Amino acid sequence: MDKKWYEKNGKNGSVVISTRIRLARNLEEFPFPARCSDDLRVRIAEKVKDAVLNSGSVISPRFSCIDVDNIPMGERVSLVERHLVSPEFISAKGTKSLLLLDDESVSIMVNEEDHVRLQVMCEGFDLDRAYEQASRIDTLLDERLKFAFSDTLGYLTQCPTNLGTGMRASVMLHLPALTEAKVMRKMGENLSKLGIAIRGAYGEGSEPVADMYQLSNQITLGISEKTAIENLRSITERLIAQELSYREKLAPRIEIQDKIYRALGILRSARLIDCAEAQKMLSRVRFGITAGLIKDIDLETINRLFVEIQPATLMQSVGKELTASERDALRANVIRNLVERD
Amino acid sequence: MLCQKCKTNQANTHIKQIINGKLTEMDLCSECAAKMGFKTSIDPFPNIADMMSSFLGMPSMNALAKEVKCEGCGATFSQISKSGKVGCAKCYDTFYERLLPSIKRIHGNTVHTGKRLRTARLESGQAAKDIPVKAEKTELETLQTQLQEAIKTQAFEQAAALRDRINAIKARIDSKKSEGEA
Repeated sequence: MDKKWYEKNGKNGSVVISTRIRLARNLEEFPFPARCSDDLRVRIAEKVKDAVLNSGSVISPRFSCIDVDNIPMGERVSLVERHLVSPEFISAKGTKSLLLLDDESVSIMVNEEDHVRLQVMCEGFDLDRAYEQASRIDTLLDERLKFAFSDTLGYLTQCPTNLGTGMRASVMLHLPALTEAKVMRKMGENLSKLGIAIRGAYGEGSEPVADMYQLSNQITLGISEKTAIENLRSITERLIAQELSYREKLAPRIEIQDKIYRALGILRSARLIDCAEAQKMLSRVRFGITAGLIKDIDLETINRLFVEIQPATLMQSVGKELTASERDALRANVIRNLVERD
Repeated sequence: MLCQKCKTNQANTHIKQIINGKLTEMDLCSECAAKMGFKTSIDPFPNIADMMSSFLGMPSMNALAKEVKCEGCGATFSQISKSGKVGCAKCYDTFYERLLPSIKRIHGNTVHTGKRLRTARLESGQAAKDIPVKAEKTELETLQTQLQEAIKTQAFEQAAALRDRINAIKARIDSKKSEGEA
């Protein structure tokens, strides 16, 4: 099986962790999810599942269907930690299912805010690739599902904020130097004027963790997918350039190097470490690697750790519930094994 | 509801967070939310439900909306404006005029310019080639507004990029026109 996106390092990987395209779609013949009875939700889930698994496409057999309501909470949270579903999707009740491609690059949420939320993720900065993949699957599904569409308003969605293309394109950025320089708040204000939102790593309402930020387009009506993507691309490129120039300025400073090497020391020697501290230290080490200060660890390892050391995903890996301190011990162990000195 | 943090102000921000693998939800006032790093101020569309109901909740509008129910799902306009959620695809027809002002406020536009699927095109009975031109015209207007804005704020780099895009679209429209005439 292919590596998962979070185990890879992609284009502009020193700054861009991943790229995501999400399309909101609804089935014409059913009311939007908030006005659907359980019976209708079940029918929608079955229709979408059938359309995905029997679309005749080469990737159809690689999808599996997860009945999200009937899996343990830990597994559900791990889906959020791996960015496969939104926090909303696992918190509210109501016949939700998830269709997931084996390498986790495509996930289709059924009965979230819209009937279908199709998401394509890939490593690094690759908006075109992610959009092409999403659009292909969208077209394929439309043949069987008939998505609600109006000539003037485009794809019809439960919330008018998604009307039009129904597309949210986003990039996840690691911005340790801009954060250190304390310019992120200002940056956020400027970006919102350009129709771009900046958020924490888990989307709406999430706090920035470990210098990770998610940048996405806001407007979906009156702007084509191509233009929205171009817009996001040019702003992301500018941010990448700024981040790199700040890194160049900051990296030679002894205070910064001290922080980076201490972080490495902690990751290499801690016997107990909680998730927040681990991610903070990983962020510093990541900065150190891209600045050429740390040479014996690669970015793939750090990207992977960011995802895998989160509580629910960590417990998933050993297949059992753990107490907080058991988790901290396991986490320290997992990290030590991967960042050991050669 | 009062803010769960300061317990004095009215809560207006609902926050979902995953802490130690557990999903926790909180209701906070905007001040406490900002202190905890949830910056609602950078979100240009803070709360669609609030925005729609404040705009659409005017008495005269409510009176108008009282009787009409969507044929598709039975939703009334006041239900939609209260929840910020549209009932079904047909609601967009039924309440089109009344939804339009909020749609305009959210997007600054009211006409879709993106992907169109084969089915949608065939059903509309419109000639496929007309649609992109109309769409591009709308996009052109948007870009021109953005350009004015960029010039005003002296964001010249951005203005130059916008101008290039405007010219590209104009050229496309012109070439389509001449194709049509030929």
